[in-house]
Amino acid sequence: MGTNAELKNINDKSMPEANLPALDLASVSYAYGKRQALENVTFSIAPGRFAVLLGLNGAGKTTLFSLISHLFATRHGRIHVFGHDIDRRPGDALRRLGIVFQTRTLDLDLSVHQNLSYHASLHGIRAREANRRIHDLMQSIDMSDRLHEKARSLSGGQIRRVEIVRALLHEPSLLLLDEATVGLDIKSRATILADIRKLVEEKGISVLWATHLIDEVSHADQVIVLNQGKLVANGPVHDVVKNAGAETINEAFSRLTGIYALNAGNRL
Amino acid sequence: MTDIASRVPIGCSRFGVMNYLVCLKGILIREGLRYLNQRERFISSLVRPLLWLFIFAAGFRQVLGVSIIPPYQTYVLYEVYITPGLCGMILLFSGMQSSLSMVYDREMGNMRTLLVSPFPRWFLLVSKLLAGVAVSIIQVYAFLFIAWFWGVKAPPSGYLLTLPALFLSGMMLGALGMLLSSLIKQLENFAGIMNFVIFPMYFASSALYPLWRVQEASPLLYKICLLNPFTYAVELVRFAFYGQIEWTSLAVVCGFTIVFIAGAIIAYDPSRGLVIKKQEGGNN
Repeated sequence: MGTNAELKNINDKSMPEANLPALDLASVSYAYGKRQALENVTFSIAPGRFAVLLGLNGAGKTTLFSLISHLFATRHGRIHVFGHDIDRRPGDALRRLGIVFQTRTLDLDLSVHQNLSYHASLHGIRAREANRRIHDLMQSIDMSDRLHEKARSLSGGQIRRVEIVRALLHEPSLLLLDEATVGLDIKSRATILADIRKLVEEKGISVLWATHLIDEVSHADQVIVLNQGKLVANGPVHDVVKNAGAETINEAFSRLTGIYALNAGNRL
Repeated sequence: MTDIASRVPIGCSRFGVMNYLVCLKGILIREGLRYLNQRERFISSLVRPLLWLFIFAAGFRQVLGVSIIPPYQTYVLYEVYITPGLCGMILLFSGMQSSLSMVYDREMGNMRTLLVSPFPRWFLLVSKLLAGVAVSIIQVYAFLFIAWFWGVKAPPSGYLLTLPALFLSGMMLGALGMLLSSLIKQLENFAGIMNFVIFPMYFASSALYPLWRVQEASPLLYKICLLNPFTYAVELVRFAFYGQIEWTSLAVVCGFTIVFIAGAIIAYDPSRGLVIKKQEGGNN
């Protein structure tokens, strides 16, 4: 797996980009005025990995996503996407990123096809190629028949799945999903999670999946735990569990985020 | 290594001209579709200037005489005089409407879709601006078409020659709207734009009365009108109707367009932008 040091070799054309980390954060901090939202966050995600970013509400997940997607500028630290600095070369980095935001971002007054075509054009994909990709991807989630319906007519789960299709249209190498299953029923959550895991397995896409729902973590995942803006754990599930002195990832998460102490206190 | 991860090699080709055109076309189509979906917006954009033309101008025809001033070579009816001002009014409201739509998009999250595109942010903003201007120019021509039946007729070539003037004025006012959208935190605050930007700009200009009349009435208001970029947008359109270029207006409109666009680009820049500061409160 690539490291920060390897990123220095980005200009070396002989070095394959796929050997670099899909995502690399080095000492990233961010503050809203005096309130520190992220403090010295450092981690990497290898290509083809499914990484779960765990954190309670307010842990800094959305801020982190805003920094990775260049909605906010990185004032302290550096973020690289496949070796491309998001602040110095945002175009190169953003081309490799597919993003599903926490809030719904489909235009509800436009049809599904119009929404997807718009996104394709924002990535410079010509109409014919865009149509081919739209049909293929919509078929893969069994929603081809909803293509010309207004986004408004879709259910919450269907909107989410279309947003994922949209994020995949430009064939990104790294997919960011910010609380993608929030507000959805169990079936929709399971379907979306399964779709994304399938992408990792079949296409080798890298995924950063932000959630506060612990049951979305699988044994093979890389787990990154944020608590009050600080990185409190990072590694394979069994390492995180072991280092937290816990039996399960659920318990480890509770210990790392202070819920455990809170619950223990309540029992007294 | 993984197939997708290696799909985009180091040093891969940047976007070419065609990619930029595809992006621009996509933004134009999206704005057009949004406009078609909001028929009320089209109707209200026409009703407003038509009310001024049919009612206000008819009522004030006898009160507000307009002497022979360039570009007119003879006495003109008041309806004829205010028509360029009403075209400017459409562009002004449309520019502000675009800013409203940007604030709405930002609140709804749609703006993020645009801002995470890999194209340079200045290009995305200018494309959005162009899309807004294209829509407002259609509104202006729809208004001029109706005004023609009301007897407000420019020389036939004037309708064509006005197009560049409308475009430039639309760019200036649209860019102003874009800049203002970066200053508005919430949609509810948009009413302030009406009171503090649209109305003062419209009334303190040459849209409704010639500047010499303003000067007679109030030298201070005359100076304010001269400082108002909207005055120059109206005059640019007025002269273009008669195939003439008012060079001062052209220079001022171009200058303010550049300033407003630059301001909007800076405001939407993540490292310097005002927009991000507005959003920061709600994120975690």
